[in-house]
Amino acid sequence: MKARLILLLLLGGCDQNMVQQPRYDEYERSPLSANGSSMIAPPDGVVAQDAVARAAQAQRPAMTPALLARGRERYGIYCAMCHGVDGRGDGIVPARGFPRPPSYMEPRLVAAPTAHFYDVITHGYGVMYAYADRVSPQDRWAIAAYIRALQKAGGADAR
Amino acid sequence: MLCVCAAALLGIAGWTRVRSPYETQQGWVQHQPVPFSHKHHVADAGIDCRYCHSSVETSAHAGLPATHVCMTCHSQLWAGAEVLAPVRDSLATGRPLVWHRVAQVPDYVYFNHSIHVARGVACVECHGRIDTMPLIQQAKPFQMQFCIDCHQDPAPHLRPPDKVTQMAPLSWSAAEQRRYGERVMAAHRIDPKKLVNCEMCHR
Repeated sequence: MKARLILLLLLGGCDQNMVQQPRYDEYERSPLSANGSSMIAPPDGVVAQDAVARAAQAQRPAMTPALLARGRERYGIYCAMCHGVDGRGDGIVPARGFPRPPSYMEPRLVAAPTAHFYDVITHGYGVMYAYADRVSPQDRWAIAAYIRALQKAGGADAR
Repeated sequence: MLCVCAAALLGIAGWTRVRSPYETQQGWVQHQPVPFSHKHHVADAGIDCRYCHSSVETSAHAGLPATHVCMTCHSQLWAGAEVLAPVRDSLATGRPLVWHRVAQVPDYVYFNHSIHVARGVACVECHGRIDTMPLIQQAKPFQMQFCIDCHQDPAPHLRPPDKVTQMAPLSWSAAEQRRYGERVMAAHRIDPKKLVNCEMCHR
């Protein structure tokens, strides 16, 4: 009887499912939160632990070839499908019916300070959504630098 | 004799079963709330993987796009389409879309996307030709053997960082590919003997 009981207890241990362990992974469902996800947005007014470091990151970095190369790569990922590879606003998404963005060669955008592009990436502009969730502050400066390079290449007299 | 034969047959059947797509879910399509086509977004529109899976370079997880990311285009394109109604509902209510995972490793495997991408393991190595899948399916078996094959001999699977999200194969010969891979391994001191240590993937 005792041996049977021990065996039963031991077998009880076999039920642990190692493949799907009782913990919350990213993107898992959770009945505990209002939005049904294990990933919960922090309440309003929460300050991130690395807020100071992030603020420092948002400072404009020095223009270097490395910054331009990074900007070129990020532009290809996040911008080119609308703004076009050459920045004239003829990417594939406008070709499918999205309102066409302005060309970077427009005098208004040539005259705009570099921080304007940083701001537009951060907050969006018109029908363009904000990209703050996808593009880090350093990368926003890198893209802004690359837009300046596109303007030069496009014949606009950028600063 | 009969007993031995039966045992052998059962053994072979079992071995085949655990490696079959029935068990590994290789080639399976999952039901999704929106019939999202990777083929359309990757092959037709030419959107880089990282546009939506934006944490793949910096985190263990590639990241599923927030509804906000879908709506970046779909606030204007197909803005009234019935098929996208769940996306608009999600934006309005703040409740995330419930996607069903296609590529998944067991909870005792601690896979990290960022290091694989940083060293030049292309998306296509594990996820297959996403650009040909109207409905996404699991391209590889995702069993331990699949991981180990590459960890024992990574050289043929490494690419330059700017080609990581490219779906089409590189125009390299096998010898060129191996030469490049071995150079990367030397530069980052990647030792296949250490790559197959248990604690590399399990904790």
